[in-house]
Amino acid sequence: MNMISLTIDGIKVEVPEGSTVLDAARKANIRIPTLCFLEEINEIGACRMCVVETGARTLQAACVLPATQGMDVKTNTRRVRHARKTVLELILSNHDKRCLSCVRSQNCELQRLALELEVTDETAFSGERTEYEVDNLSPSIVRDNNKCINCRRCVSTCYKVQAVGVIGPVGRGFRTSIESAWDMSLNDTACIGCGQCIAACPVGALKEKEESPLVWKMIHDPNKHVVVQTAPAVRAALGEEFGLPMGTNVTGKMVAALRRLGFDQVFDTDFTADLTILEEATELIGRIQNKGVLPMITSCSPGWINYCETFYPEFIPNLSSCKSPHEMMGALIKSYYAEKSGLNAKDLAVVSVMPCTAKKIEADREELAATGFPDVDAVITTRELARMIKSNGIDFLSLPDEEFDSLLGDSTGAGAIFGATGGVMEAALRTAYETITGKTLENLEFHMVRGVEDVKEAVIPLGDLNLRVAVAHGTANAKTLLESIKSGEKQYDFIEIMGCRGGCVDGGGQPLVDAETRVRMDPRKMRARALYQADEGMTYRKSHENPGVKRIYEDYLGEPNSHKAHQLLHTHYTARNKYKTPQKPQA
Amino acid sequence: MEVTQDKYAQLQQVIDEYKDQQGPLMPVMQAAQEIFGCLPQDVQEKIADGLNITLSDVYGVATFYSQFALAPKGTHVINVCMGTACYVKGAQAVLDKLSESLGVKPGGTTADGKFTLQATRCIGACGLAPVIMVDEDVHGRLSPEDVPAILAKYED
Repeated sequence: MNMISLTIDGIKVEVPEGSTVLDAARKANIRIPTLCFLEEINEIGACRMCVVETGARTLQAACVLPATQGMDVKTNTRRVRHARKTVLELILSNHDKRCLSCVRSQNCELQRLALELEVTDETAFSGERTEYEVDNLSPSIVRDNNKCINCRRCVSTCYKVQAVGVIGPVGRGFRTSIESAWDMSLNDTACIGCGQCIAACPVGALKEKEESPLVWKMIHDPNKHVVVQTAPAVRAALGEEFGLPMGTNVTGKMVAALRRLGFDQVFDTDFTADLTILEEATELIGRIQNKGVLPMITSCSPGWINYCETFYPEFIPNLSSCKSPHEMMGALIKSYYAEKSGLNAKDLAVVSVMPCTAKKIEADREELAATGFPDVDAVITTRELARMIKSNGIDFLSLPDEEFDSLLGDSTGAGAIFGATGGVMEAALRTAYETITGKTLENLEFHMVRGVEDVKEAVIPLGDLNLRVAVAHGTANAKTLLESIKSGEKQYDFIEIMGCRGGCVDGGGQPLVDAETRVRMDPRKMRARALYQADEGMTYRKSHENPGVKRIYEDYLGEPNSHKAHQLLHTHYTARNKYKTPQKPQA
Repeated sequence: MEVTQDKYAQLQQVIDEYKDQQGPLMPVMQAAQEIFGCLPQDVQEKIADGLNITLSDVYGVATFYSQFALAPKGTHVINVCMGTACYVKGAQAVLDKLSESLGVKPGGTTADGKFTLQATRCIGACGLAPVIMVDEDVHGRLSPEDVPAILAKYED
């Protein structure tokens, strides 16, 4: 590769051809502030926060300016500093600056820049303001355009990463805003609720629809027995909210914190992840033996399910009928646990702590109510849990490590890795191998399905059967994969799809990682590492070895895919219209 | 109804003609507006599906360019020039008077569908400032007091 050498603030730096000035500055450890820039997703040079002097007549945006041989860049001249500050003050002039009550306070890229660029008067330009109604009709995502700075990071994410595209710039000039078409609420669009727009937003314009007030109410209700469960990915990220390094596993402290918040039982969604594997592997083997619909596609990710129902309804017969793990857990809490503890399902409330915002929509599905009551009553994100812990005055870092409650708390390494892309596939393969061949699997680790490559594929020998598998994460990658199947180019037997890139570890409900940090470290890899390390340290690493899961089949469910298992643990899907309010043709 | 079906068939024809060309969106939207008089939601949905893009894309373009209308325009379209010369000569007062008389904001159409009021950039008749156009007719050197008489001409 051709190298280019240039000078930035007097420091010589060499970068490969095609690099931008921003890339080069980072290589020279010179920090140029950015705001609209989101690496590989939104590189549009719109906000002008990264302007530099290059000897050209005007200032140039470093994030889109190609580095050229012999270039002499200055990143901190008087002119540059003045321009950046003015731009920031102008952005602030049309921004709802009620930071005190903002969910992003102290975790806001705009706020940080204002401090860094020494803005001394946030009302330096106090002109006309555009005012918007807050869109809070979606069960998953709240949009507050009064805080929006039109950076388009959410738009690019919705289009490029998720191939959904339900928000975009509307109008022009001062009146430009990021909206859904025809002033629709997100709830009336094809939005899949993945929440990746929230993760992309530098400010407080996008957040989850908070259910923590509802959860507090349940906890404070003396007549409710409140049971909480936590998804595999939550424990790999929650620590970040309390200053721990990315990729720290905080399972024990998380369980302790949940008890101190007042939950009556703390169960582990890892348990039903293992149960999912038994149900799903049995379903897969059944489909292969009975020449059922293949490839079978996993159904754990509600963002993916919403995407499939809306954009690829022709693949609905391919979806595994398994409910997602937290819905299975909810159904078991209201049946099995209720029976065991002599409680009535109507007095039970199930709260799921999820790395996900689409789970909030999922929990509202009418068909997910195996006992006549909703399987899950409230879903809070990892971020919401962190806020609850903080507001309860719990000193998280000094908590002891505690264990999940035992009835539905056992887990295996296979359940733990559900949170990373490829994890469900790997867990399923561990069980399918032993079920099909009757032999013990020697090497448990299927490295070909790990990692953050867009689409992974492999052929796995399971005795006489060569299982053709694929793994996709992020719905744009899912689209690529599904199109390659539709065109006949590819054939598979079993596919794992997760709605978010990297899987649940970087889901839309996880602790936020700002754009600059993402350039240096990838939460998808670091959080996944925590889960794979947990897997390595577990006594049991195959779902079918989970003692609690064995017990529940013996005691209660019979065998995988039994009538009772179907009643409690399986579901069905419905094709959905892309346009939720189809208009009649006008005369 | 038959007329409407015919319009959709025309739209489909336009989409088929452009969909494999580069930059098909603007010409298809222009043709659709010719056919339907404006770009209502169902027409935008058909364009989005036909060109394999999102409704958000179509709506974004439709709201960016003032040439596109989301709702049908009135029988008569009033354009008030807000160019520099007209503005200096009191175009805002004329626009305000029109807005008050018709009971609509700029960009809006009266409930009876008779008038659409629009503010527009310089129409190149600065010598007559302030100037308005009603359909193809130019009315110049106006003051707010002239508004009722002009509107009366188009009332029937």
